[in-house]
Amino acid sequence: MPELSNAPVPSPETLVDIYRRMVRIERNDDAIRQTVRRGRLTMPYYSARGQEVIPSAISTLLTKDDQICTIYRGIHDMVAKDMPLRPLWAEIAGRVDGTCKGKGGPMHLTHPESGIMVTTGIVGSSMPIANGLAWAAQLDGSKRVVIANFGDGASNIGAFHESLNLASIWKLPVIFVCQNNGFAEHTRYENATSVDFIAKRAASYNMPGYTVDGNDPLDMYAHAHVAIERARAGEGPTLLECKTFRFLGHVLGDDDFYMTKEEKAAAMAKDPLPALRASLIADGHATEAQLDKIVADIEAEVADAQEFGLNSPLPDVAELRRDVFAEEIAA
Amino acid sequence: MTEMLKMNGIQAINAAMFEAMAADDKVLVLGEDIADREGGGVTGTMKGLSTKFGDHRVRTTPISEQAIIGAAIGAAMAGYKPVAEIMLMNFTTVAMDMIFNHAAKLRFMSGGQTSVPLTIRTLTGAGWQTAGQHSDHLEGWFAHAAGIKVVCPSNPADMKGLLMSCIADPDPCIFVENGMTLFVPGEVAADQGPIPLGKAKVVVEGTDLTIVTWSAQVMRSQMALAGLAEAGISAEIVDLRTISPWDKETVLASVVKTGRALVVHEAVRNFGPGAEIAATINEELFGQLKAPVKRLGGAYCAVPFAKVLEDAFVPQPDDIVAAAKAMMG
Repeated sequence: MPELSNAPVPSPETLVDIYRRMVRIERNDDAIRQTVRRGRLTMPYYSARGQEVIPSAISTLLTKDDQICTIYRGIHDMVAKDMPLRPLWAEIAGRVDGTCKGKGGPMHLTHPESGIMVTTGIVGSSMPIANGLAWAAQLDGSKRVVIANFGDGASNIGAFHESLNLASIWKLPVIFVCQNNGFAEHTRYENATSVDFIAKRAASYNMPGYTVDGNDPLDMYAHAHVAIERARAGEGPTLLECKTFRFLGHVLGDDDFYMTKEEKAAAMAKDPLPALRASLIADGHATEAQLDKIVADIEAEVADAQEFGLNSPLPDVAELRRDVFAEEIAA
Repeated sequence: MTEMLKMNGIQAINAAMFEAMAADDKVLVLGEDIADREGGGVTGTMKGLSTKFGDHRVRTTPISEQAIIGAAIGAAMAGYKPVAEIMLMNFTTVAMDMIFNHAAKLRFMSGGQTSVPLTIRTLTGAGWQTAGQHSDHLEGWFAHAAGIKVVCPSNPADMKGLLMSCIADPDPCIFVENGMTLFVPGEVAADQGPIPLGKAKVVVEGTDLTIVTWSAQVMRSQMALAGLAEAGISAEIVDLRTISPWDKETVLASVVKTGRALVVHEAVRNFGPGAEIAATINEELFGQLKAPVKRLGGAYCAVPFAKVLEDAFVPQPDDIVAAAKAMMG
């Protein structure tokens, strides 16, 4: 697999921005889990706790016009891409002020204003559609890029292979971001995937493929930078396999029986969030007080969004007949 | 006086594409073998488009149905109007996730924030001895998915007008071309414009019985007219043209007039679209019916290869005459 020479390095400000996005993901995730556990929200929840670095590093390199497609375990991708939290909470609560008026819910959040175009509940389906958005960006003559997020399990779906092939021959400005957390639902990586590194599959489609430490902000930033610049320059797609670990089960309430206690404990001991905080302070990029302020601001934002979302009205039942087609239907 | 042109379905579809692409540079075409260097599509319906409008707007794809529909969905969400060709209707099954879970649902699931103005053109129809995986009429599958319009034209003028409407429509449409009708010439007005979706057409007027049908079965129903007349039956033929949403008003008005309804389609009869239409007629007009609504559809088997079996699979003009006679009591 190709290695980077002259790896792009994030500025101190960018590192702090990565930290800010990670905290926003983590605090929001904590709040969602608590709210579900307390019975104030009824929803399936797929936590991405532990995977914060990946979208946070990528998002510092994206503009508002750049687009993402993500999956049911993708709220961290949205939060990193600056999705406002109030409509996010209203949507996961199935309320009228939700991004989708309560019709999509946590697995189908959409917010085009923030570039969040599709959230799919079907494993592997973010990629074919991301290609189309990237085709449009190419036809528009824009510098827009599209991020297709998916998990390691999705790399075994036919849509992955079709999408990489098409993106390569059409030189589409798309970055395939595999968030490899080692488990496809309950199945361990090695029991379901024929290659030791998913990035190797890029070679079959004649595009660069990198295995990245998805828990290392520097490595993640460097590879995302290279892939995004390549896409913006019209040179085509890149596959980034970002190695990470999810701290929680497949779905909230699952008891993780398929993970060993040791591997889970080891991963959590290497939680990238406190690690980044410590290095920001040690390297003199930020003070404790500055980082505390970031955390406090985010806690206030999350609390406000939670209150807003849970108190938003329920949708009118007439909504059943709207948005099936552009025109309202009779029955 | 409007000038009338003689053309077949292929030429009509080609004309619709040329006009749509010339009128709106957001119209794109993608699919297997569709550029001119590959022959302009399996039946040549896309001939000349890549030469005239360029490879960036007319793209031959790999044999990758999920990638084709996915790319079309994404481009549609970003403001383009892609026309995606899935060579044969049976191959749509390979892309069903993209069509059913995504194209049809994204407007609804996003609360109206995103729309998918996508047209899927596809070809099918028994009669060519292409057997079980190249001839199925699956309009019932798509009609069951809320959010996608299903169009099954029967003649060249409708093919042109309905395709233009599909392309202009803000929602996904599947446009089903039947191989048996594609090569039959018909009259098309030189200025044939869009024909509204969801509107049926009474193609033959009659007083005793309404035949509700579409696609190649319109042709076979017309072939049954002589036999029906011989039996003293005055049949009205309603060409549904759009299967979803379907034109209840025109169908019910015709059945009110005739008192009898026979639904004829090539899709397998069991759980087919005829069941929906027959049930609606029963619900709305029970007291006014002179006979129970009857359905004729494809046999409950895969489309067979042997000509004798294939002919037996599809409702034929003689079957239509026999069914109508039985309904007259």
